[in-house]
Order: sequence, then C-alpha cells, then structure tokens
Amino acid sequence: MVTNKLRSAGVLTALALALTACGGAKVGEADKPATSGGKECGTFNLAVSPWVGYEANAAVVGYVATKELGCKVVKKNLKEEISWQGFSTGEVDAILENWGHEDLKKKYITDQKVAVEAGPSGNKGVIGWYLPPWLAAAQPELKDWKNLNKAAAQFKTSESGGKGQLLDGDPSFVTNDEALVKNLKLNYKVVYAGSETALIQAFRDAEKNKKPVIGYFYEPQWFFNELKLVKVDLPAYTAGCDAVPEKVACDYPAYELDKIVSKKFADSGSPAYELVKKFNWTNDDQNVVAKYIAEDKLTPDAAAEKWVKENQSKVDAWLGK
Amino acid sequence: MASITGSVEIEVRRPRRGVIVGVLLVAWVAAWFVLRGINTLALGGQETTGLHRWLTDQRDFLGGGNAVLDAIRVAVDQLVILLQAVIAQPSYGRPVPVIGWLGVVAVAAYLAWAFGNWKVAVLTAAGLTFLGLQGLWQESMDTLSLTIAAVLLALLVGIPLGIWAGLSDRIFKVATLILDLMQTLPTFVYLAPLTLFFAIGPAAATIATLIYAAPPVVRLTAHAIRSVPRESVEAARSLGSSGGQTLFKVLLPMSRSTVVVGINQTIMAALSMVTVAALIDAPGLGQTVLKALQTLDVGVAFNAGLAIVVLAIVLDRVTTAAGDRPWRTASLRRKVLLGAGAVGALVAVWFSRTYVWAAEFPTGANVGSTIAVAAADVTGWVQDVFGGFTYGVRDAVTKGVLNPLEALLTESPWWLVAVVIVALAALLGSWRGAVPAAICLGLLVATGVWHDSMITLASTLLATVVVVAVGIVLGVWTGRNHRADSWLRPVLDAGQTMPPFVYLVPFLALFGTSRFTAIAAAVVFAVPVTTKIVADGIRAVPVATVEAANSVGSSTWQVISKVQLPVARRAITLAVNQGLIYVLSMVVVGGLVGAGALGYDVAAGFAQSELYGKGLAAGLAIVLLGVMLDRITQAAARRTRKFKGKVRGDNLW
Repeated sequence: MVTNKLRSAGVLTALALALTACGGAKVGEADKPATSGGKECGTFNLAVSPWVGYEANAAVVGYVATKELGCKVVKKNLKEEISWQGFSTGEVDAILENWGHEDLKKKYITDQKVAVEAGPSGNKGVIGWYLPPWLAAAQPELKDWKNLNKAAAQFKTSESGGKGQLLDGDPSFVTNDEALVKNLKLNYKVVYAGSETALIQAFRDAEKNKKPVIGYFYEPQWFFNELKLVKVDLPAYTAGCDAVPEKVACDYPAYELDKIVSKKFADSGSPAYELVKKFNWTNDDQNVVAKYIAEDKLTPDAAAEKWVKENQSKVDAWLGK
Repeated sequence: MASITGSVEIEVRRPRRGVIVGVLLVAWVAAWFVLRGINTLALGGQETTGLHRWLTDQRDFLGGGNAVLDAIRVAVDQLVILLQAVIAQPSYGRPVPVIGWLGVVAVAAYLAWAFGNWKVAVLTAAGLTFLGLQGLWQESMDTLSLTIAAVLLALLVGIPLGIWAGLSDRIFKVATLILDLMQTLPTFVYLAPLTLFFAIGPAAATIATLIYAAPPVVRLTAHAIRSVPRESVEAARSLGSSGGQTLFKVLLPMSRSTVVVGINQTIMAALSMVTVAALIDAPGLGQTVLKALQTLDVGVAFNAGLAIVVLAIVLDRVTTAAGDRPWRTASLRRKVLLGAGAVGALVAVWFSRTYVWAAEFPTGANVGSTIAVAAADVTGWVQDVFGGFTYGVRDAVTKGVLNPLEALLTESPWWLVAVVIVALAALLGSWRGAVPAAICLGLLVATGVWHDSMITLASTLLATVVVVAVGIVLGVWTGRNHRADSWLRPVLDAGQTMPPFVYLVPFLALFGTSRFTAIAAAVVFAVPVTTKIVADGIRAVPVATVEAANSVGSSTWQVISKVQLPVARRAITLAVNQGLIYVLSMVVVGGLVGAGALGYDVAAGFAQSELYGKGLAAGLAIVLLGVMLDRITQAAARRTRKFKGKVRGDNLW
C-alpha cells in the first residue's frame, strides 16, 4: 500500500516536471473579440423553446443581433409556458415563435400587461391528422376523413382496444381529437404518444416498415425534410366551429405564428426590439435553417451564418437598411 | 421509504389466507362481468374537474416578490455562479475559467486520493479526462457545478434534519411522509411554479434538484443515528455526557459510514435530475441531451448521457472510498506525501491558469463523435435485427397480462375496486394495511383522475413484479459472486443515472408507442436499486449460517431458498419498496412514450397552462398510489416476518 502511494506521488511529481518542461500559448494572448460599434444594444434575453423550428428563428435573430447590432444575446432554453412567465419577472425579452396560446395572451398581455405582441413571424402553423407517404400513395382515399372508418381495422394496435388507433399528443399542443373522434363518429381510439419524439419515431417506423399509422402532427417541422407526411382532410374549419371544445367537429384553424416581447423590452428603444418586430420569413426559410441544424448538424450559429450569407437582402430589410 | 424499524414480531401464519385472497379475486372477476362499465369515473384528455380548475387558479398565488425567497434565490445563484466561474465558465475578465481542465483533473484526483485511496484517484483522473475527450468538458463542468451546489445545500439542510429525525420518533414519522412526497411527486409538477418563486436561472434548477436529491441523505442519517446500539448511548450518558456531547462524540462518529452512503445516494439522485432541470435552463449536459433529442439524434444524446454516467461513477466510487476509509490520524509518511501531492496539484492549477493547452481541453482527439456514431449504429442494428420479435413480445404481454389487469381495474365501478383493495390490504396487512389504503383510495377519488390512476396502477403493478423478480435473481447472483458484482455494478450505475430520455428513442423503435415501452423503461431504471439492496442483504447473511447449511449437504438451490433469501427477508422488503418508488418516479417518463394516463396528465399540465391543475392532481395521485402500495407491502411484510435481527440492508434508505 505504501509503495503504491509512493508510486502515485512519484507519478504526480514526474507529471509536474514534465509539464514544466513544455510550454505553449499563454492564456489571454489571443485577441479579445472586438465589440462592434453602432447603437447601444446591451443584453438581449431570448427565450428558446425546445423544437428545431423555434431554434432556427432564434439562431438567425440571435446571429443578426450579435453581428449587426452588437447585442449581448443571452439564449434561455425554456418550455413555452415558462418563457411567458419570464416576461413578468423580466428575464425574457422576446419569444420568436408563438403558437396561438390565447389563454397566455390574455393573462400576460391583457391582464398583467407585462407583454405585447410584436407581429407575425411569417410562418404559418398547420395542425391536423397526418399519414406516412407510403400509405397516402397506396390508399389515397384515406386522405378524406369519411373513409377512415372503413380502414379502422388496419390501424389497430395493442393500445387501441380493438378500434383503430389515432396517435396523439405532444403534450405541448392543445388537441380536440377525442371530441373529433366522437363527433365525427369514427371508430378510433385516441392513444397519447406523449411526446414529439414518440410521434416522429412512430411515423419513421411506419414509413420504413410500411405499417399503417395515422396521427396528430404539425407544420412547419424539420421532420418534413425527412418525410413528407400527408395531411388528412377533416371537415373544413370555419370561424367559431371550435368554440365549444366538446362539440368540435371541424379541422384545426391555421395558426399565424407570431412574436411576443416583454413590455419593458418594447419600451426600451433597444435596436434588438426593432429587429424582432421586423423579423419575418417564410416556412421554407425556416425549414432550410432547421435542416442545417437537424440534419446537417451545424451549430445554430453556423446555420444562421450560412443562411444570412445566402439571404442578405432579407436580413437588410429587417435592419431597415 | 421503508421506515422499518427493528422490532420483534411474533409469527402469524394463517395457511388459508392464500385461499381467501383467491376467493376474493374470483369474486371480483365475477362482479366485474356484471358491473363493468358503470361508475368508472373516466375523464377525457382535455377534460377537467372543478378541483383542477381551482388548482389552476391557485398556481400564481404564491409567486414572486417575496423577500425571503429573493434572498434564497440570490444566495443560491451566487453559489452556482461562483462554482461555474471556478471550473466551467469564462470568468473575471479572462476567456477561461479560473481553473482549467488540467487543474481540475489534478485537484480532483488529489482530493480523491486524500479522502479515498490511490485507486479512486486514478479512476477520477481517467474519468474526468474522458469527459474532455468526449468533447464535453465545459458542459460536464457546468453540470458538476450545479450538482455540487445542489448536493452541498442538500447536505446543509439534510444532515441536521436527519439527525433530528434520528433523535425524535415524532419528527421521524413526519419526515418519512414528507420525504415520500418529495421523492414520488413528479418534478414536472413543481418545475414551473419553482421558476415563479425563484425566477429562471441557476437557483430554480438547483432547488428543483435539491428537492429530489435531499431525501436519501435525510433518511440515511436518521437511520444511522437510530441504529447506533443503545448500550453505546447509555454508556456515554452514564459517564455524564451531555446531550450535545453524546451526539458529537458517540452518535455521529458511529454513524459516519452510513451517512456517507446517504451522501452518495444524494449525489446519484442529483445527477439523475440533470436532464429534467435542463427544461428550465439549467446549463450543462442536460441541454446537450435535450437538443439531441429534438432531432432524435440518439448518438449525440448517448454521448452526453455517457458523460453523466461517468461523472456518477467517479463521484460514487470516491464517496464510497471516503466512507470506507478508517478514521485515524495520518502517519508522518502520509503527511509528507499529502503535502507533496498538494504541491503537485497546485502546480497543475498554475499551468491551467497560464497555458491555453492546460486551460481549454484540446479539441484534437474528439472521441465523442466516434462514440456518437457507434451508438447510433448499434441502435440502428438492434432495431433492424430485433424489431419484429420485440413487437411480438409486446403484443403477447399486453394481451395476456396487461389488458386483462387493466380492464379489471378500470372497468369495474370505483367502489368495487376500492372495496377489493381495502379487503386485500386487510387480509395481507391487517388494519395497518387497510386504513392507509382506504384513506389513499378516498383521496384518489377526490383528485378526479381515478380512471387514469387505475390505468397507471395496472402498469405499475406489472412493472414492479418484473423489477422485483429480476432484482432478486440478479441480487442473489451478485450477492453470492464477487466477480459478477464487480462486472455488473457499472451497468447498474448506468441504468440508474443514464437519462431515460436517451434510451427512450431506441425503446420506441423496438416497442412502438405503448404502455409496454413505458414498463420496459421503468424496469431499466428500477432494477439497479432493487438488485443492489438484495445483493447487500444476501452478503450480510452470516457466513457461519451458510456454512452450516452447506455442511449438512444442502444443494446450492436449498442454500439460496431456505437460508439466504429468508434471512435476507427484510432487505428484500426494502428492495420491493424501493423498486416500487423508482417505478413510480418513471410514470411521467412513461407518459412520454405512450403510457398515457397519469404520466401524460402531468406532462400536459406542465406544458398547457389550462391543464396545470389537472397535472398537479395527477402528480398527487401518483404520490397516493405510492403511499398506498408502500403501506400495504410494509404491513404485509410485518405480518409474515419470520426472522428478526439486523440486516445490513436495513441501513440503506
């Protein structure tokens, strides 16, 4: 035991000696990052919610704010609900992709007056029922909800209790599917997959092994770069048809995804606020950046840089140049 | 959980009890045929009750603007920021942390050697260097900072509380109940409110970790104090020691090694919270895991998960070694060596402050991407090869066992289920089982999520049975075979600390989105702790007892079934309890892969503000299920206990 201790001490000493012998670049010799000029921006607290599309928005806005406006961008990785809470505690300046959330708007914009809307992001959100491409090609009639009952048997699984399985539920999204199934008299059972991961894996598996699956999904989503899911036509949405949750028998409305900022940030006159307000791009734009991040494995910054270089004119418009 | 205090029990054996239970179950099935479908209290996914809406309204009631909470927040924030500045983040105007990687490795190895032994010192150096090679140095150090902060605070609060609970029976009872709540209430339920109390930032993440991680050290300290032999305390008293003297000179020194086991388990629990805390912006490896999972990148998620496992193994082995080290004054030679080592560590720190190569981990050898690619390939291969077979297993188990059990629980009227469970509890554990069962069932009805609770209960029962069966087999094997133990232990550690999010993707590929997938994930998470406790109990069976059995010509099977298992019975009871708690703590994760029910309710309550109250009610329902099953099994174990005496396993948890 003692010899062992001696040995380890010896190793340590030898290591120390060896280290003394070699050198290398010293800490602090590298040039410090130059602070770019322009108007004073200060710290810009950007909420980043856990999906790739959002991250694409945040990457590009964060990149432009840092490079062009000299802001110190602090990205905070937060679930949506918690981002909104951040408005009242002053720790979040902006949300860049908001899906509806009328209840939160009421609470934080109307009631507490700590947040304000900053206009649409240009992205269009679609929610609905989707089929894997092979199934839509093999049985195109399934694209109409009226034919779903005839095909219910093939969607049976161990979870669906003898009915067809309608795979639901990223818990972040409101779903009317239980009411829809009931009111459209479909012979299906809603099974809660419980996470986006589970939904994507189910669609991936279905396409690869040619299994029938029907499930709740949404666009824009990076996964569409990998697999072009096909939307099922439900009875068309008309204004107010989803007013009473238990009686819903129509499709989901199209969402104009928008941006929300804290009241304080909006009043601060920060150039970052102007950027957020003017930021606007298409689903295709977002999908490109999302693909860089999700499939080409670029860091958000590198993905943003690549896109900005290719789309300088759009960026200039946001900056009011 | 197990608040089993040593007490002598008279054997109460009723040979016909099994028959009565059987008759009861048959009667239940018969009643189910007649009554199924009525009074099932089913509630749809987006539906809520008055209680749920009331809870939703109360959510913001306590939040914000409280001076005490602000003070706590500032203090905790500063602690974490300080630790990050020292080892993780660029700080004090320098582009690197105060101590670079070389310094951290040297200091950590030195401490491991000083408090443990040279073996764990080598392990520490190798483990930490490996984190750097994975390309995750900064993330790992961020995670380590947060873990250290949470564990320090947990000890600061937990050890005094544990001592108090060790000295007072009343406090012990209250503490046990609160600790059960802390360990089984799903984190998602209090994650969002915590960010209201403590704002978004390191403080909320640290405190969320603290809530989950503190219970083991409180329990173990209390148990350690309580298991100090009476004679020692009385001897000290008779020599005129005051209360304080007895505590510091007798109770604490004699409890030391068990308290260290508590610290060890607290560290493990803290690390298992890394990914969840990342949802409220906790920095570190959890972020890497979550980011990777957004794109289902199993490889990168595995690489980061592996880093968490490595950290856990290093911290576990070092604290274990520190706990085992005899407490004595160092010899002169050792003092000299310790001094030399300290100088060596300081030299390394100086290097890490001076040279870039010693400050920032070199990026040249990136083992991480190799690990990520290999992990992704292996997962892909497993999916392709076993894909069809695993679906078959899933369907067989679901149709053969799970669906019938679930149908019986969910389709029976609630009052029938309640009557049967209370009757079973009374049969198995007399009034000690029946009274808590009745109270818990009443409260379950009140939560408004009865139907979902019964779905979760069916899966939980099945998972626990599997966990206990596998845990006993593995526990007996590792308890009897030292080599098997040393080979299996890292695997068990990995099962306990690898974030479940990492293996959910391959599990989803193998089993699809189903309740079975959730059960499989729960089994992976709960088997390690069950195995460890059973093995501990088997090892504690006196050698003389085993040899006596061998000498009369007993076969190996006879030794196990007639001697070792019965003698280790209390450890096995404890193992069942812990297996159950761990299964229940995976209910929410199960909800993310298709188990639905309570787990999904909690996850949805976390994500959708209008469902918050329902999520909270579902979280409480999980706690109620846990308390009910725990009290019934404990009462049952109490009635059938045949052997008395202390078993080492009793001191765990």
